Amino acid sequence: MTFLSDSALERLREAADQPDLSGTRYRLLEKLGQGGMGGVFRVKDSTLEREVALKVINIADPGLSARLLQEARVIAKLEHPGIVPVHDSGMLEDGRPYYTMKLVQGESLDELAEEIGSIADLLRTFLRICEPVAFAHAHSVLHRDLKPANIMIGPFGEVLVMDWGLSKLLAGTAASDPLSEIGTSNGTSVSLGTAHGSVLGTPGYMAPEQRDGESVDPRVDVYSLGAMLEFLFKFMPGVPAPLAAICRKAKAEDRSERYASVTDLSNDVAKFLDGLPVSVYREGFLARASRWIRRNRTWILLLLAYVVMRVLLIIFRPR
Amino acid sequence: MGEDTSIGGARHQFPLTRWSVIEGARSTEPAQRQRALDALVSAYWKPVYKYIRLHWAKENEEAKDLTQDFFTRLIEKQLLDRFDPAKARLRTYLRVCVDGLVMNTDKAAQRQKRGGDVVLLPLDFESAEGECRQLPVAAPGGPEEFFAKEFARSLFGLAVDRLRNECEAKGKALYFQLLDLYDIEEGGKDLTYEEVATRFGIKATDVTNYLSYARKEFRRIVLEELRTMTASEDEFRREAQTLLGARLA
Repeated sequence: MTFLSDSALERLREAADQPDLSGTRYRLLEKLGQGGMGGVFRVKDSTLEREVALKVINIADPGLSARLLQEARVIAKLEHPGIVPVHDSGMLEDGRPYYTMKLVQGESLDELAEEIGSIADLLRTFLRICEPVAFAHAHSVLHRDLKPANIMIGPFGEVLVMDWGLSKLLAGTAASDPLSEIGTSNGTSVSLGTAHGSVLGTPGYMAPEQRDGESVDPRVDVYSLGAMLEFLFKFMPGVPAPLAAICRKAKAEDRSERYASVTDLSNDVAKFLDGLPVSVYREGFLARASRWIRRNRTWILLLLAYVVMRVLLIIFRPR
Repeated sequence: MGEDTSIGGARHQFPLTRWSVIEGARSTEPAQRQRALDALVSAYWKPVYKYIRLHWAKENEEAKDLTQDFFTRLIEKQLLDRFDPAKARLRTYLRVCVDGLVMNTDKAAQRQKRGGDVVLLPLDFESAEGECRQLPVAAPGGPEEFFAKEFARSLFGLAVDRLRNECEAKGKALYFQLLDLYDIEEGGKDLTYEEVATRFGIKATDVTNYLSYARKEFRRIVLEELRTMTASEDEFRREAQTLLGARLA
């Protein structure tokens, strides 16, 4: 038997994983990354002569195929600057479905968070993550796998929510959620938590009800956003008490104690950024006064300057 | 390339497709049962030997004995009959069986047994020992990861051999040579398609097409081999996802 070195093994694995694009208008350029169910490749669209990203599952699997197509349809439905647009979808000769999307140059939030800088900048980034998620919720779509690795920051600071592979259409039929059908060889329903014999989602960012395979609603994404806010805390010199309270509320184990919507959560974060009281934190008098002073610093300084000037005028007025 | 074992060699004359070694090993038909066990030994003996040698830090001779012992017991005690695909992957089950053997084997009893009527499998331990010297002594990812990677190495090795044979049989030896150059030999990736085309006296577009064919066939063979080494469709999918999707540590 041929002995394969580690590097040969890796090259062969990549070779075996490469999609056969013959019969499509795309030409393979390089692999960009690997997700839970498939790889993403940089390809050249020979018709439009532009580079796009192509996502394809690793093996022709009915469950994974349904998830990939679901992802493509969900993204196509959500036209928002914070969500990468889908261009095209199709099937490879070996039965693997694929879709192409805009090629995004950038880095993920977990790679870039350290460089973002101030608390205000981190929170502004967080708010821009909330926008497409709230938009998706308004279109009855849950993301269900929000985490820093799935947030892309572009070279011009654009924030994109990626990887909608676990997304779910609310108020749809069972067929609108392929995850509910994965592994149903005997025709009975399988809870999300045990689909494919494993929990779908990311530990640490997954709401308890998602982990336990219960029914889910927009508050699963509220929980994940709370976990993401907590992740951003690591890059702050200190965590102000109102922010910590916002995070606790978003990450409440009992979903009835969480923010009811992403908009409620982002409103509180925005209020904190504006120096306003947040809904989930009752301040003491000193904290309130301190925040009031910070918020009205300019007016207070002007007033003080005026008072000082008046006093000086009184003292040095020619007699 | 020579065969390491006559057991593994025979299966190339009867390609195993679309059935599982577990199915075969549980068959009442002796010939089918034997083919299944041959296939299993062929894919797993090197991972087992290296695992015993490096993970359990056994000396060369002891590792050889334990490897022989493991497969002998696997066949004699029909351990595969106890495998339940709903509980674990075959790969994990075999590794756990190896762990049990190593932990419980009494060396003296083992030697005594070898002196009996046990038929030793003709395994090429010299080549396996040579490969061990190229591997890190301490596996960074733990026993499961080490065993998974060695299984992947073994499976890919079998697939490479099969691809070579099939390409030669179809008069497409050059297709395999290109894959060998680009994906197996060190430094091959640094060559441009034009350089390779000049070297082999073909057009650069032929390099693209031949390489594409060889890679597509390699993928097909890997998945076929993997299918024989898994007991259920679900296990096959999960193993394929691991083998093709995740980076091997």
